[in-house]
Amino acid sequence: MSTPYAKLPAWADYGLIPVINLFVAFVVAGLVVLLVGENPLRAAAVLVEGAFGRGQGIAFTLFYATTFIFSGLSVAVAAHCGLFNIGGEGQGYIAGLGIGIVCLAFDSVLPWWLTFPLAIVAAAAMGALWALIPAYLQAKRGSHIVITTIMFNFIAASVMVYALVGVLKPAGSMAPQTRTFLDGAQLPKLNWVIELFGAKIRSAPFNVSFLLALAMAFLVWVLIWRTRFGYEMRTYGHSPKAARYAGISETRIIIMAMMISGALAGMMALNPTMGDQHNVALDFVSGAGFVGIAVALMGRLHPVGIVLAAILFGMLYQGGAELAFEMPAISRDMIVIIQGLVILFAGALEHMFRPYVQALFASLSPRTVGMEAVKGKGA
Amino acid sequence: MDLFNAIVQVLDSTIRLSVPLLLACLAGLYSERAGVFDIGLEGKMLVGAFAGAAAASVFHSAYLGLGMAILISVAFALIHGFASITHRGNQIVSGVAINFIAAGSTIMLGQAWFQQGGRTPALGSGERFGAVIWPGADALRGVPILGPIYSELISGHSVLVYLAFVAVPFTWWVLFRTRFGLRLRAVGENPAAVDTAGISVAWLRYRALICTGVLTGIAGAYLSMVQNGGFVKDMTAGKGYIALAALIFAKWKPVNAMFACLLFGFLDALSIRLQGTPLPLIGKVPVQFMQALPYVLTVILLAGFIGKAIPPRAGGVPYVKER
Repeated sequence: MSTPYAKLPAWADYGLIPVINLFVAFVVAGLVVLLVGENPLRAAAVLVEGAFGRGQGIAFTLFYATTFIFSGLSVAVAAHCGLFNIGGEGQGYIAGLGIGIVCLAFDSVLPWWLTFPLAIVAAAAMGALWALIPAYLQAKRGSHIVITTIMFNFIAASVMVYALVGVLKPAGSMAPQTRTFLDGAQLPKLNWVIELFGAKIRSAPFNVSFLLALAMAFLVWVLIWRTRFGYEMRTYGHSPKAARYAGISETRIIIMAMMISGALAGMMALNPTMGDQHNVALDFVSGAGFVGIAVALMGRLHPVGIVLAAILFGMLYQGGAELAFEMPAISRDMIVIIQGLVILFAGALEHMFRPYVQALFASLSPRTVGMEAVKGKGA
Repeated sequence: MDLFNAIVQVLDSTIRLSVPLLLACLAGLYSERAGVFDIGLEGKMLVGAFAGAAAASVFHSAYLGLGMAILISVAFALIHGFASITHRGNQIVSGVAINFIAAGSTIMLGQAWFQQGGRTPALGSGERFGAVIWPGADALRGVPILGPIYSELISGHSVLVYLAFVAVPFTWWVLFRTRFGLRLRAVGENPAAVDTAGISVAWLRYRALICTGVLTGIAGAYLSMVQNGGFVKDMTAGKGYIALAALIFAKWKPVNAMFACLLFGFLDALSIRLQGTPLPLIGKVPVQFMQALPYVLTVILLAGFIGKAIPPRAGGVPYVKER
C-alpha cells in the first residue's frame, strides 16, 4: 500500500509507529475498563500475569498464537497482492471438512506423522478451493472480493452445519460434531519444550502445528521477498496498472495469491481440531479468521511481525480468560473490543500519528527525513 | 383457506423480517452512493439495538430509547468517517474494526450494567413500540380474502415498520430530486468534480454517513425494541451483511432495495415456515440451504449472471485533494 507521506527512518516506520498505534488502542481499551468500574492497570497486570506468569499460561498463549499465525499470514499474502481476504474464517471452517474426512478415514490405520501431512494437504486444498471461486470471480467477472468472501463465510457456515448435523455426526449422537479422533489423528504436544525451562504444565494443547506455523511464516517470507512470483504479487499490489504494463497476468496473480491465502487460512483449522479438541465441532474456528486481520495489520504484513503480533493476540486470549475469572465485570469479550481497536488504530488510522512523528523527527534531526518532511506535514 | 392463511402468515413475517434489512440497506445506500464503503452496517445496527434497549429500560420510554439508538449509531458512523474520510484510512478495515468494537462492547457493557449475561432487562409495554391497529381492522377481519390481508398484513405493525417503508420513497426523493442528493451521488462518482465546484467533499460524505447512522440506529432499535423485547448478544446475526448483499442486488437503487430486502425476508420467513416439512416434487429441503440462498444469489449476481451490478465509481477510494 503506497503512502503519500515522506520517509522516516526504518526503525521509526516499522517499530515506533506500530507501537504508538498499539499504545493508543490499549489506552482506549483502558477507558472501556474504567467505564465498567475496574482499574485498567490492575486488569493489565492480571492479563500479563495470566498469559506469561506460569508455564501453563505460556503454553496456552502459544497454542492460541499458532492459529493466529496461520490466519495472519493468510491475510498478509492476499494484502501484498492488494486483495483484502476477509474470508479466512470461512476458508478455515470449510477446511475442517477436509481434516474431518482424512482423520476419520485414517486415524485407525496410520500413525500421526502420516495422518498429519495428509490432513495438511486436505486442509490447504479445501481452504484454497473456498478462496478459488471468489478469486476467479474477482479476476474474470470483476465482482468485489470483499463482498464475495463475506458471502462465502456464510455459505461455509451453512455447509458445515449441514455436514456436522447430518453427515459427519456419528449415528446415535446428538452433539453436532464428529466422533473423537483416535491416536492416529492426535498431534503430539510440545509442552515439554516449555518444561525444559523449568516450568510446570498440567495440561495444555500446545502442539506440533506451532512448528508448521513457523515453517509457513518462513515460506511466506521466501515467497514474497525471494521469488519471482512474490515480486509480481507485490508489483500488482502496488500498482495494477504497472503490473499489466509489465506483462504480468492479472488473472493468474489474483487466483494464485488468493489460493495461497486460502490454503494458509485452511491450515489454521489443524490446530484446534487435531491439536486440541480431537474432533471437528460446530463453530470450532470461533473468529480466529477475523483475528488474522488484526494480526496482519499489526505485523505490518511481514512474517516476523505477524508471528510477534500473533503471540501478542495469543496472550490477549489466554490472559483475557484469566481476567474474566479474576474480574467478573470484565468478560472475555474485552478481547474482541481490543481486537477492534487494534484494527482501527493500526489499520484504518495507521497514518493518524505519522505527521506528528515526522514533525518531531524534522525538528530533532532534519537530515533523517529530508526536505520532503516539511511538505508531508500537512497531509 | 388453510393455504391462504398460511400464505398471509408467511407474508406477514416476511414484512417483519425484511424491515431491519430494509433500514440497513437504505443506510448503506446513502454512504455507498457518496463513495464510502460501509461494511460496518452490522456493528452500527448492533450498537443501535443495545443503546435503544438499554435506554428504554432505564428511562422507561420507547422514544428515548430510539433517540439513544440513533445517537450512538451516528457516533459510530462518525468514527468510520473520521478514519476513512479525515484520515483517508482503508474503508473496509475501518468497517471491520467498527463491527468488532460493537460486538465486544455491547456484550461487555451489557454485562457490567445489567448483569444478565449480556442481555438487557426485558422491556415492558411502554418501553417497546406497540402495534398500530388501523381503523376498522378488527371489524373487517371476518371478510374473506381482503379481511386477513388488511387486518394481518397491512395493519398491526409497529411505527418503525411503516417508517421503514416510507423511507423508501423518501430516500428516492432525496437522492434523485434534491440538490443534496445530486451532490451526494456526484461525490460517489467523481469527487474531483464536486470539489472543483467548490463543495466540500469531506463534509458531504460526513453528512451521508450521518444519514447512514440514523437509519442503522432505527434498524437496531427495531431489532431490540420491536422484534425482540430487549437486547440479546449478537442479535444482528449477519443482517448487516445481508443488507449489504441486498444493496448490491438492488444495484444501489432505493426501490429495488425494498424488493431485494422483501425477497431476502421472504426466503428467511419461508425457511422458518418450511422447517422440517417436505415440499411437493422437491422433497425435504435442508434448512441450511434456504439460509445460504441469499448469499448464493448475491454471489451469482455479483458474477454478472443476472445483469451487472456497477458500484458507484469512487466507492472505496479516499479523496485526496490536489495540492
